[in-house]
Amino acid sequence: MLTSVQVARFVASGSLRLDAVVPPGMNEQAVAVLDAGIPPVPYGTPLAEAFAPGSFAQRLTSLPVVAGAIRSLVGPGPTVDHHAVHVREPHQGSAQPLHGDAIIDVRPDAFDIQLMYYPHEVTADMGGTLSVPGSHLRRTNETDTGRYQNLRGQTRLVCPAGTVVLLHHGIWHGGRRNDSDTPRYMFKIRLNPTVPQVRLWNTDDLGDPRVGDELRTVFDWYEPAAGRLEVHNRVLLWRALTGDDTFDVDHWVTRVNNRPALGSNA
Amino acid sequence: MRQQVLILFLANSALDAEVIGWSSYDGTGRTRPTTGDGDEPPYGTGLDALLDGWRLIQASQLIPPHPGHEYDTSFLKHEFIFEKLHEEKGAAVTDA
Repeated sequence: MLTSVQVARFVASGSLRLDAVVPPGMNEQAVAVLDAGIPPVPYGTPLAEAFAPGSFAQRLTSLPVVAGAIRSLVGPGPTVDHHAVHVREPHQGSAQPLHGDAIIDVRPDAFDIQLMYYPHEVTADMGGTLSVPGSHLRRTNETDTGRYQNLRGQTRLVCPAGTVVLLHHGIWHGGRRNDSDTPRYMFKIRLNPTVPQVRLWNTDDLGDPRVGDELRTVFDWYEPAAGRLEVHNRVLLWRALTGDDTFDVDHWVTRVNNRPALGSNA
Repeated sequence: MRQQVLILFLANSALDAEVIGWSSYDGTGRTRPTTGDGDEPPYGTGLDALLDGWRLIQASQLIPPHPGHEYDTSFLKHEFIFEKLHEEKGAAVTDA
């Protein structure tokens, strides 16, 4: 299970990266499995029923570190929204435009996650996924962000084989141009929660001051003014995820909600 | 005449503010910029682009938030669009 500090980092950045957590034996099988195709799964199929026992996808999502992260973020019994195999072919002419998946999705107290699995090492020129940390709470729709080619502090994924990245549904991302001679594979599964996403992780460290430190993180591409709003909005999400309506970071939410009633002594 | 377009997203509404995002489109066909092709901005500030000969052709308006949406974040606010023009002489393209 994830810790509160790890979940706070996810709330701030919109992603959680698990390097080389899939064993080499599975990674060696993966490309052939992905080339053969993963059988389609109807929307809303419970994850526990979506993939045949012993199948690659079932083993991937059952790895303890992966299963623990999934359960910490979307809880027990998530359903599969959809899955897809993405291949960036060698020397493709262009990258995907920066986008959020599906449609604009501004749920204040719930989120889906997208599991992205990279079966082989992704080097700098292989078109690893571009993602923009801290973009997941922006209210934008799909490829309307396509005008943004590069943002300071963006993440151009370079990772060892067997890496899994879990993304908040709203994160801005895109497959980059593959300038290498090797196809770049990625297997994605979108998962929907079926329970309220409240204290689903190991909350032993809920009072750790590093929780606030994570939620204060500002990214290099933020305008400073908007960065303050991002922290405000993360506090609201953290309140929803913890059920603690008094939580705050540096008084951002408390201050703008302070409306003493007439006749009070406040 | 061919146009190169540079879009800089700045940290605040001042043209000499720091660059936080950038995009470019090359009407000369010499280069093919695309999403995620670099981590270092071409200029430190919008003013630096002017000093290098780019002409500002559009800047974002300052628009107050819609009532009830004061805390929402969405697109980058401070977008500045620049151009450079290049004359074609025969097959060659030279700076105008």
